[in-house]
Amino acid sequence: MGFAFLEGNEAIAWGAMRAGCSFFAGYPITPATTILNTMLRLLPPAGGVCLQGEDEIASIGFCLGAAMAGAKAMTATSGPGISLYSEQISFAIGSEIPLVVVDVQRLGPSTGSATKGADGDIQFLRWGNSGGLPVIVLAPVDVKDCYTLTVQAFNLAETYRCPVFLAANKEISMTRETVDLESLALPEVVERRAAAGDRPFLPFDGSQGPVPPFLPIGGKRLVRQTSSTHGPDGYITTDPDQIAASQKRLAEKVCAGLEDFTYYDLQTAAGAETLVIAYGITARAARSAVRALEAAGEPVSLLTLKTLWPVPEDLLVAKARPYRRVVVAEMNLGQYAREIQRLLPGHEMAVYGQMNGELITPRRIMEVIRHG
Amino acid sequence: MDSLLNASRPPVFCPGCAHERVVHALDRALTEMGLAGEETVIVSDIGCSGLFDTFFNTHALHGLHGRALTYATGLKLARPELKVIVTMGDGGLGIGGAHVLSTCRRNVDVTLLVLNNFNYGMTGGQCSSTTPPEAVVGSGFLNRLEKPVDIGRVAAAAGAPMVRRISTYDAKLPETLQGAIAFEGFALVDIWGICPGRYTRRNKLSPRAIEARLENLPPLEALTAENAREEYGAAYRREASRLPAPAAPPVVEARCQPVAPGRQEVVLLGSAGQRIVTAGELFCLAGAAAGLHATQKNDYPITVMRGHSVSELILSREAVDYTGIEAPTTVVALAAEGVARRRALLERLDPGCTIVAAAGVALPDTRAKVVVIDFKAHKIKSPDWAVAALAYLARAGQGLTLEMLQAALALRFKGPVLEQVQAVVQQMVAE
Repeated sequence: MGFAFLEGNEAIAWGAMRAGCSFFAGYPITPATTILNTMLRLLPPAGGVCLQGEDEIASIGFCLGAAMAGAKAMTATSGPGISLYSEQISFAIGSEIPLVVVDVQRLGPSTGSATKGADGDIQFLRWGNSGGLPVIVLAPVDVKDCYTLTVQAFNLAETYRCPVFLAANKEISMTRETVDLESLALPEVVERRAAAGDRPFLPFDGSQGPVPPFLPIGGKRLVRQTSSTHGPDGYITTDPDQIAASQKRLAEKVCAGLEDFTYYDLQTAAGAETLVIAYGITARAARSAVRALEAAGEPVSLLTLKTLWPVPEDLLVAKARPYRRVVVAEMNLGQYAREIQRLLPGHEMAVYGQMNGELITPRRIMEVIRHG
Repeated sequence: MDSLLNASRPPVFCPGCAHERVVHALDRALTEMGLAGEETVIVSDIGCSGLFDTFFNTHALHGLHGRALTYATGLKLARPELKVIVTMGDGGLGIGGAHVLSTCRRNVDVTLLVLNNFNYGMTGGQCSSTTPPEAVVGSGFLNRLEKPVDIGRVAAAAGAPMVRRISTYDAKLPETLQGAIAFEGFALVDIWGICPGRYTRRNKLSPRAIEARLENLPPLEALTAENAREEYGAAYRREASRLPAPAAPPVVEARCQPVAPGRQEVVLLGSAGQRIVTAGELFCLAGAAAGLHATQKNDYPITVMRGHSVSELILSREAVDYTGIEAPTTVVALAAEGVARRRALLERLDPGCTIVAAAGVALPDTRAKVVVIDFKAHKIKSPDWAVAALAYLARAGQGLTLEMLQAALALRFKGPVLEQVQAVVQQMVAE
């Protein structure tokens, strides 16, 4: 056994390679730039393509074209770039284009602070598409997660034919740590499900299940892709029943499988009355806080969420049930706490949100656990 | 070869629309080239030109306004064997201008047909980037204030190797399209036509008038001649094939004993140019060489060669949770910029903490033990102070050992650089 010493962004790039990524495009932006740098080192010698777009809109557009041509594609940016991605993300959702989108969050709003961490895009990732359809968002806690969740993100993008977000944070992406790559529990790599050859190809055929099988543009059978409201054949439709069925399918397809990709860690302490819920880099401060309290004879449990969207509602309700009180800490002013609050109306709740470019300290979380 | 027109979806343009002629000219070009539908993709933009893909039995991608070239680029690079044709109006040209310019510069083998009818047909005849100032359009007086763009000259200036300007009503249109599609590289055809639904309701424009205006514009052939070069995808694949396969992330095997009790929290405070981040990496590699977990959290501004540089380092027998440092075991203070950045931390340090400070760096009042090193007296230059400080700590067995540090140096450097850094370490240790 030995340690590699990597930053989160490098791990994301290696995870992408492991998942079979063959196309990457991005525009340099701190703190996501090192993903572009690493992909540029890894992809072209492996026969893949890594491009630097003229802007973020072009970068994600390249990825959408490549994904439609059959490639597993990824792009990476930060808040200002995610803002520019928005219309293309809507396209990817509505037109069911598999894609991994990494958002290395930095302090916002707007250009904010390039070298300061935050988790300020958590609701934006969910609602940043016109039409408001649900999305999958995974949140790494450490460098190890950056690797494994990137592989999962590619698998989910292929399984559900949709963009999948990795909500990273400068504090994970640009922090280096030792990681034993050999010990990582990696999933099998999932490949795109091709449409059967025995019937005419309908690119958005929901009759066989919520996720239509796929064929690439450029293959032997003609493929139609469109960003406009379409029927199963990929031509524009105005039929309200067809539109309603399609929207319902898009809304349900990512939620239906949630149980299969609800990633989390649960650390329970006997006799605890309080459950701390955290995600991302803050979960690590929470872990330190919980350990310190345990040493002081004050047992507290900790639920670390790694799947943020769709909200793992059943998990949250079930895991919070034994506790009287819930504490939520996050690097924004309480974005994800809203989801937890709506699910746990019977619990006493303390929310700590911090947006100052600094990590939330274990000491601060201990104070909130002790005193609210 | 049969027509590639989609018999079940005939064009639905306004009667007399120039676009419909282009549909038929494009079909003629494709069939005369013997291209099959599955070898071809039509990428269409938004507006009336965005309907093009539906009229053909080819692969099709209809996307967002102005972004057609971005999808086309991705498609072509992922599937070099595909013929990629983009249709875009003068609206898409304006909104996607950056993509047009970059595609000209890049020279990916994509053909762009600009269906230029001098206004936004679908939304009510507003002015576009090509509307003449004297035209009467749906944007009130606004077009009188703007100069229309000649995309031909712009594209040539941006590096497009093949640019053509032609009237929809020119008998040579199918032939021109064929030449553009066959061209190995980016080809742009600016196709002027009449929008009867909007534009000619309030403006006089005839095929003859278009012809006359086109004749008055400077020819493009001379402008594009200097842009001839290798196609982007071919050049990309050639360059990529020469690259060495990247090495997997190096794995550090435990090879020496750590310093008891294992957990060390070290803060390096310096300024840009002092190789603070490199020293931090060395400290962590030293930890890894002793089988310890390590984290390195850096703090520096976006400016280069100026400003503070702070590195927070943790070594631990257990996996590290919180990566920040509130009560360091050791602080290395090498520049005022870094000290200013962590003043509050320095003021609350425990007596158990040691500060290794470069001579001349002012520290706030502190209860920590302070060791001042005059690096200049050791003839060590500022960029080497950080590694020299590590050598000092290693000699004292504080946080790391010399064996750990030597292991880290060998992992991080080689050749003359390694020798140079080893010499710095030797200088500190020999004192």
